[in-house]
Amino acid sequence: MSFTLRLSAAIFAIIAAAIIFGTFERPPMQVVQRGYRGVGMVENYNPRFMQALLADNKAPQPLGATVTSGPAAGTVYKNVKVLSNVPIGEFVRLMASMTVWVAPQQGCSYCHNPANMASDEKYTKVVARRMLQMVQHINGNWGAHVQAVGVTCYTCHRGQPVPAYVWYTQPTPPVAGGYAQSFAGKNHPSPIANNSSLPSDPLTPFLLGKEEIRVQSATPLLTGDRSSIKQTDWTYALMMHFSESLGVNCTFCHNSRAFENWAESTPQRVTAWYGIRMVRDLNNAYLGSLMGVFPPYRLGALGDVPKVNCATCHQGAYQPLFGASMIGAYPELAHPTQ
Amino acid sequence: MAEYQNIFTRIQVRGPTYPGIPLERGSWARSGKPFYSYLLGKFGDAQIGPIYLGTTGIASLICGFIAIEIIGLNMWASVNWNPVQFIRQLPWLALEPPPPSFGLRLLPPLSQGGWWQIAGFFLTASILLWWVRVYRRARALGLGTHVAWAFAAAIWLYLVLGFFRPILMGSWGEAVPFGIFPHLDWTASFSLRYGNLFYNPFHMLSIVFLYGSTLLFAMHGATILAVGRYGGEREIEQVADRGTAAERAALFWRWTMGFNATFESIHRWAWWFAVLCPLAGGIGILLTGTAVDNWFLWAVKHGVAPSYPHPMPAVVDPATLPGAPQ
Repeated sequence: MSFTLRLSAAIFAIIAAAIIFGTFERPPMQVVQRGYRGVGMVENYNPRFMQALLADNKAPQPLGATVTSGPAAGTVYKNVKVLSNVPIGEFVRLMASMTVWVAPQQGCSYCHNPANMASDEKYTKVVARRMLQMVQHINGNWGAHVQAVGVTCYTCHRGQPVPAYVWYTQPTPPVAGGYAQSFAGKNHPSPIANNSSLPSDPLTPFLLGKEEIRVQSATPLLTGDRSSIKQTDWTYALMMHFSESLGVNCTFCHNSRAFENWAESTPQRVTAWYGIRMVRDLNNAYLGSLMGVFPPYRLGALGDVPKVNCATCHQGAYQPLFGASMIGAYPELAHPTQ
Repeated sequence: MAEYQNIFTRIQVRGPTYPGIPLERGSWARSGKPFYSYLLGKFGDAQIGPIYLGTTGIASLICGFIAIEIIGLNMWASVNWNPVQFIRQLPWLALEPPPPSFGLRLLPPLSQGGWWQIAGFFLTASILLWWVRVYRRARALGLGTHVAWAFAAAIWLYLVLGFFRPILMGSWGEAVPFGIFPHLDWTASFSLRYGNLFYNPFHMLSIVFLYGSTLLFAMHGATILAVGRYGGEREIEQVADRGTAAERAALFWRWTMGFNATFESIHRWAWWFAVLCPLAGGIGILLTGTAVDNWFLWAVKHGVAPSYPHPMPAVVDPATLPGAPQ
């Protein structure tokens, strides 16, 4: 064998090894069967990643016990708009918890002026108040999605002032323009759709807007469904976002032989259906209402507010914090209060 | 002694280079001075050239070049002429067909799929001209035109995907983008939109012929290599005699499975399997969205798709419930 041949064989072997070991996960995988045997209704987990995933999604211990008696916070503190009827002890306990959940390094002064705790001069306090209302709204009115588990600030924030997974409407990438083809919303690496060439921003039409997600015909023969293949690309990209955010396959919600078919779907599809509506509601009524409150450096490239998607809460787990409920320890967050 | 047990051809015939049989009047000359290549001789005939391009060959290459140029430059423009990004993102980039809102409009704005239409025109012209060339070269050598008709089967599938079906659907937007990953995404989305293409019987047939082709190819290739030690590649000289490579090959299969193809019929098998793969596939694509809208439901309706137990709580579409949120 000539030297050139050996050298090319060696280079080929290195490239092949890099592709195999750099992009594949080694077996064995853990398979969780959920449907009838042999139909592939399974979830796949890499047991070597589970430890880290569980550690990343661990709920913190509540601070002390719930306080149920004492004067209302609104009678003691000024400028209490959301939690004014909460007992003062519980109010302080929640404030301390919020510090641990959202700004453990920065402390109370991340939102408050230490000299005047009642002041709304810091934008973070105004945002925090609206987010409290959002948490109460989710727990009180979106039980169809969050069920008894509920959410707290920690579900998204995980000890960071800005949750790790927020999103902004994406600007058009730099294209030459002119007579050359214009940007079609896709055909670039799309991180939100698992780095495929599918649409790079499926969140704006579906999780901020109310564009139709369903593209698969529900009848065998033609009955006037005009959904196009390009539309399907957008739905597909959104579904990739779901799958990536929850660390699950298509089969978590769908029987992949008949995606559209509800009779063959899992109960999780219903939960997800309400989740889509919940996220739309939150992005418009809560995050959207903070337009003008956020300083420019918290806004996206197009000047839009940070928004939530599935990953904001789920962070790779099929249930946020793997279903650990924190809401029982914080009853004031369970439903809207005055 | 020639042996055919290696993955590479072990012998290379070298003599005076041979330009081929005389050409008929009115033909172009074959061009290029022939030479020998040792490496290519490992895979095929070591003599390279001369080549016959002719009018259709030249026209096909020009049209193909224009198409590739339009596709490539539009891809490059989509990363704002950045050479590094062009290389890095190349598998993701594409030239996209017009949006569905343009319907079947001829020449929509260049930036809105106009370039896609022009590139498609030149690519199609290039392919059809190459078909004519394949047909005419076969005739010039006094051959049958089997290669041309096999190629036509592939062209049928290509035209169904990018021309016939979009016309029936009334929208160029239904066609396939020119791009490496995007055309694969198109395939996945196509199946998703129309309720799972695996339940399309023509897709099933197409897969049968695709996998069948590989099986036949492996069986035939292995058989001929296995009798290579008896000169089995010279099948025609041997086909009438006893004890030859040809007879041993036939006996092997007759003993193994009781039935054997002949040295002629195996090539008909292979040709039909290969040709029926895109032929059946093209029919399946053409019926999708034009006659059938959901292949899974179609298969349920006709008793093709089996029903399995669904050991989960029954669910209903929440959108059908009163007061459902938007």
